Amino acid sequence: MTVTALRCKECGTEYPLEAIYVCDQCFGPLEVSYDYSGIDAESVKRRIQAGSSGIWRYADFLPFTSRPASAIEPGLTPLVRAERLAEQLGVGEVWIKNDAANPTHSFKDRVVAVALAKALELGFDTVACASTGNLANAVAAHAAAAGIDSYVFVPSNLEEQKLLATDVYGTTLVGVQGNYDDVNRLCTELAAERGWAFVNVNLRPYYAEGSKTLAYETVEQLGWRLPDRVICPIASGSLFTKIGRGFDEWRSLGLVDGELPSFHGAQAAGCGPVANAFADGHDVCRPVRPDTIAKSLAIGNPADGPYALDLARTTGGSIDSVTDDEIRAGIRLLAETTGIFTETAGGVTTATLAKLADRGELGSDDRIVVYITGEGLKTLDAVREGFAMHEIEPTLDSFAERVPERSPVTA
Amino acid sequence: MPVKVKIPAQLRPATGGEGEIEVEAGTVGDALDAVFEKHDGLRERITEDGDLRRFVNVYVSGEDIRFQDGLETTISDGAEVTILPAVAGG
Repeated sequence: MTVTALRCKECGTEYPLEAIYVCDQCFGPLEVSYDYSGIDAESVKRRIQAGSSGIWRYADFLPFTSRPASAIEPGLTPLVRAERLAEQLGVGEVWIKNDAANPTHSFKDRVVAVALAKALELGFDTVACASTGNLANAVAAHAAAAGIDSYVFVPSNLEEQKLLATDVYGTTLVGVQGNYDDVNRLCTELAAERGWAFVNVNLRPYYAEGSKTLAYETVEQLGWRLPDRVICPIASGSLFTKIGRGFDEWRSLGLVDGELPSFHGAQAAGCGPVANAFADGHDVCRPVRPDTIAKSLAIGNPADGPYALDLARTTGGSIDSVTDDEIRAGIRLLAETTGIFTETAGGVTTATLAKLADRGELGSDDRIVVYITGEGLKTLDAVREGFAMHEIEPTLDSFAERVPERSPVTA
Repeated sequence: MPVKVKIPAQLRPATGGEGEIEVEAGTVGDALDAVFEKHDGLRERITEDGDLRRFVNVYVSGEDIRFQDGLETTISDGAEVTILPAVAGG
């Protein structure tokens, strides 16, 4: 196993592999470090290909001292060529990484599987999280499957689907009167008081590593090639930056050749602290009060904002924000051209793809991967507007009278 | 006026284990300075060139001071100033 220590991303101080997340010298975030010097690319590749059909096939790159396992294994979600979408937008090769196909229907299964396996390895008997909804579903489900207790903290005004789909697993669901940043502050304080494994607080260095598996799968599913560009939603910025780290690790090991892709971040205009900082040329984010239908991305005070800005800038990418109307249109565009129904975060990502295409920033020979991180059934309100159903009597006449002929599908 | 400053667990080695420090102050900046007077080791851990480091959040009665007047934010009687790491969540 290659994992060696926790290391501060700011000042480099090293710490043992425990349930800690902050550098006590400079308050910077801790990240897992590895020693890949003994790794041979060909034998790792063989190990991956002979591995499980989920994220544990990448165990060499995850923060465990023994082979990890879990009752629910996420990963190896479909990477789908979206020819009709690409054609409609007038861009090159578009691929949709559909992470709604995970066990609780979002990419959060990846990070939770890693955090929960680590929590068990460290001897915890209770897990917890601060969530905008998808994480809540995943923590509750994975804890249930593992048979350990869980506490899930969410803003009390979340979408009903996300609340119901959390409670069903028998967790203790706590609705906090406030926005996600209030929930996160409370959980940061609670993590210091309780001996629990808060997956995205004191276990965050391990948890965040789970997102690297999206990069590994992308490379593997593209036939051991890198995309030219990726488009990815940004909430805390952790997913965005860890996909970058995943590509980088495989490039440096020679598992894949080529430049790091251009990283294009996607935020909602009603909660775009990272997009604002990108536009203003700042290297830190000024927090905002979220006001958007994209509740899963509604983090006004993003922990990894500075690193997301850095990644977008150094790879020739961008960070954009889109309005609620553009988000709704993005959901429909993806559904109508690919058959994939995504939640509001995916609407943000698809709308950002459309915006970049419109601005002429995507080349006709670019291979673009779009990360769709969650499921449309969890945010049904977003598609209520524009809903149409033709109600008829069960007769041929009624059908002919009330249902208009469709014009042929183009594109 | 008397103000209670809450110290996160990660900084308590620099306060001799104290989690709450009472000081006299009118603004957040004054309150932090008063805490640094008592425990000098804290200053360089959470500030750099007179400003808060970028991964430090400070709240007055639960409200992020960046939504108020930053270090100039005035503190009302009985308010709590909370220092927390900014690297959680998401």
